[in-house]
Amino acid sequence: MTSKDHILNAIRKQSAPKTDLPNLEGPWIEYANLKSQFVDSVAAVGGECRSVKNFQAVKSELDQLPVFQSAKKICSLVSEVVSGNVELNEIADPHDLEDVDFAIAAGEFGVAENGAVWVNSGTMQNRAVYFISQHLALVIPGNQLVHNMHQAYERLVFPEPGFGVFISGPSKTADIEQSLVIGAHGARSLVVFLVDEID
Amino acid sequence: MPTVGLFIPCYVDQLYPQVGMATVKLLEKLGCEIAYPEQQTCCGQPMANTGCINETRPLAQRFVEIFKQYEYVVCPSGSCTAMVRCHYAEFFTDEKSKADYELVRDKTFELCEFLTSVLKVDSISGSFPHQVGLHQSCHGLRDLRLGSSSERVEESYSQARSLLEQIDGIQLSELSRADECCGFGGTFAVSEEAVSCMMGKDRIADHGQAGTEVLTAVDMSCLMHLDGLIRRDGTPMRVMHIAEILAEVV
Amino acid sequence: MNHPAQAAKFIEDEARAHWHDESLWFVRAKRDKAAQTLPEWEQLREKASQIKEHTVSHLADYLEEFSENAAKLGVHVHWAKDGDEHNEIVLSILEKHSVKRIVKSKSMLTEECHLNPYLEKQGIEVVDTDLGERIVQLRNEPPSHIVLPAIHIKKEEVGELFHEHLQTEAGACDPEYLTEAARNHLREKFLQADAGITGVNFAIAETGGVVVCTNEGNADLGTALPNLHIACMGIEKLVPRARDLGVFLRLLARSATGQPITTYTSHFHGPRSGAEMHIVLVDNGRSNLLGQAAFRRSLSCIRCGACMNTCPVYRRSGGHSYEATVPGPIGSILAPARDTEKFYTLPHACSLCGSCTDVCPVKIDLHHQLFAWRQKIAEQGLLPFVKTSSMQATSFLFRHPKLYRFLGSVGRRIAACLPRFLLYNKLNPWGKQRELPIIPLESFSKQYKKHRKDHDQ
Repeated sequence: MTSKDHILNAIRKQSAPKTDLPNLEGPWIEYANLKSQFVDSVAAVGGECRSVKNFQAVKSELDQLPVFQSAKKICSLVSEVVSGNVELNEIADPHDLEDVDFAIAAGEFGVAENGAVWVNSGTMQNRAVYFISQHLALVIPGNQLVHNMHQAYERLVFPEPGFGVFISGPSKTADIEQSLVIGAHGARSLVVFLVDEID
Repeated sequence: MPTVGLFIPCYVDQLYPQVGMATVKLLEKLGCEIAYPEQQTCCGQPMANTGCINETRPLAQRFVEIFKQYEYVVCPSGSCTAMVRCHYAEFFTDEKSKADYELVRDKTFELCEFLTSVLKVDSISGSFPHQVGLHQSCHGLRDLRLGSSSERVEESYSQARSLLEQIDGIQLSELSRADECCGFGGTFAVSEEAVSCMMGKDRIADHGQAGTEVLTAVDMSCLMHLDGLIRRDGTPMRVMHIAEILAEVV
Repeated sequence: MNHPAQAAKFIEDEARAHWHDESLWFVRAKRDKAAQTLPEWEQLREKASQIKEHTVSHLADYLEEFSENAAKLGVHVHWAKDGDEHNEIVLSILEKHSVKRIVKSKSMLTEECHLNPYLEKQGIEVVDTDLGERIVQLRNEPPSHIVLPAIHIKKEEVGELFHEHLQTEAGACDPEYLTEAARNHLREKFLQADAGITGVNFAIAETGGVVVCTNEGNADLGTALPNLHIACMGIEKLVPRARDLGVFLRLLARSATGQPITTYTSHFHGPRSGAEMHIVLVDNGRSNLLGQAAFRRSLSCIRCGACMNTCPVYRRSGGHSYEATVPGPIGSILAPARDTEKFYTLPHACSLCGSCTDVCPVKIDLHHQLFAWRQKIAEQGLLPFVKTSSMQATSFLFRHPKLYRFLGSVGRRIAACLPRFLLYNKLNPWGKQRELPIIPLESFSKQYKKHRKDHDQ
């Protein structure tokens, strides 16, 4: 007998009384001002959220950002916004991304209750860019915000082969005496741009 | 006139008779007809807590026999009441005994619970001009839900507190940990002595920083443990079961 | 093992025990604050509890659904009856790929199976990349908490450790400085690794995907750089549908650390292009627990650690005092299931305060299960004779009220006359730090009789 059969038989032999799946209806939290709640939530998790008019505005904000100004290697997955000097599809090996200082990518939507942004990278070979870059910026359409995680999952369609991630703020740890340190293994900072007019 | 069968914990009977007498005084002042069935001894909690179910069973069965005739069963202890209401079911599995047990279960109350939900006491005339620290005994709090627990997201309430608040001149202490366990836990107090005493000392320190003069609770077992620590360390605090405070002021 | 002895040792360093207690209470307080931001918190818990109960009651079906769907995504799915088989499977995958260096993100399951020493014996380097785990790994000790592995360690000690292993400055203990050193050190490890091993927070039956939650991004770096990803999971980690995650993800981080969500909540649906992904499903006693009505609900555990943070005993005795992979309240239910004889003191390392039950995001009746374990332990004859015989004697006494009252009265009279040295000595553990109650001359029943007499006249 395979281990699979052994395990499934062992489970089926037990008589756990069958119960039903509950419905997932709330009342789940909704906010009076969705956008300002999202902005506050991103700040609360150590990130920064800026609401801007259009891609041009994003570019000019970036140009003012010290970590962008000092970045030597920039990888942009949103060339309409800003161009970088590291072309992701020319990178054959994700290890070569180790010196990327700043990465900017698109998110699909944001979640107000926790400042998370859903980023879908599919089966892309170089998804390391989201985590290996020293600093990260995400761009989402300003009207693509949901109140809570239930609404988030209502929009998500699985399975799409590949990888998707909710990113909420920069990487962090409190493993040393519960002192919060921003910038553990992933990005040291995260800026989220809410863009009103997507061209 | 409500008739009450008094359920007095074994250790109160033997070691803190004044708590039992205060309970009698209090209930009589509130117009209850009291009976104290002499046959009672112990609800079996120490045995059950040790896992000795066979030693608990006969005690549970005799408890139901003794108390089934009363209109109400009232006990100045959250943990003993919780034992009866929450842990007796397994001893009464056949139809008849189950019915008997459930009848007793549904009329067994902790003292403050009885005062607030049955007697509906909503005004207390006397005065007790002291700073009182209410220790939220765990079994009463989390098994009987005599008050809201700090872990849960719910509206704040506490039957014991609501009674004390009605007393003139009383000041209630604000603690830094509202309902952390005192560390008595039954035989835990002895088998995990080091942790038990550290827990107790921490509660006392919290009450100390809050200015507590009189430490009270619905369970004399918690207070026995805390009082033991207070007296050994010479802490300037005294201990009174809530029945004793209420008997003084009602 | 003997929890009371370990706990007493922990408490010997009073200042440190207080520091440990305060650190964990701080996490509990953060959890409370986070829970209070959601008026629907108790309803969320109820939903989570019901989803898990349903899942466990249909576990075999969901496991089959999950493994089929994962296979459709190109994932290699393996089944391990126990920890040994799990380790063998992982090793064989690694050997096939000639792996010499692994990075691993937090997986209590791999701790449970003792994977690290097994692989290290085969000459494979295993680097735990969660900062807390890396710290305890360098110190050669197990984690003391399932979410905060290094909660028992002071920053000065981390400083010394890093000075020795990472060449940080002697005496430097600023957490930011030390974390930066770890970042750089572990970055090298991520870049050099041949494979990444992760745990699984949730596995989705309807999609075949697995979800991993971290704050540091270590699971993501560990799986985005090497071309081999092995995800190890206990079979109870399943949820039926993706949308069920809405419930769990709102509860998990808030319960664990008071955050609304972890920084990264990664959904893996198959490998990335050019890479390979494996999932190892592990039973190791879980199907056994499923069969026990009293303990079945412990399988709902999402390993958040909230029960540990709130447990007044855990906070004052430390995770190592449990000598189990998972300590604290949930650990005191799981460990005796594995080895009752070894762990029989754990269900007694509890005052039955019930705080754990009230914080558990999936509403496991933790303190009731600890109570139920005590019954099993007594049934199996594992209690010391002193305890069982004294319970038998007392029960006998309590069934004979006249004898009880007589002996009570005699006992009190004697105790009232005994000199202090006879009452307070090594034979009286109560009296070590506490005074005994002041012995009354008359019992309540005697006083009541008098009262009745006076009143009825």
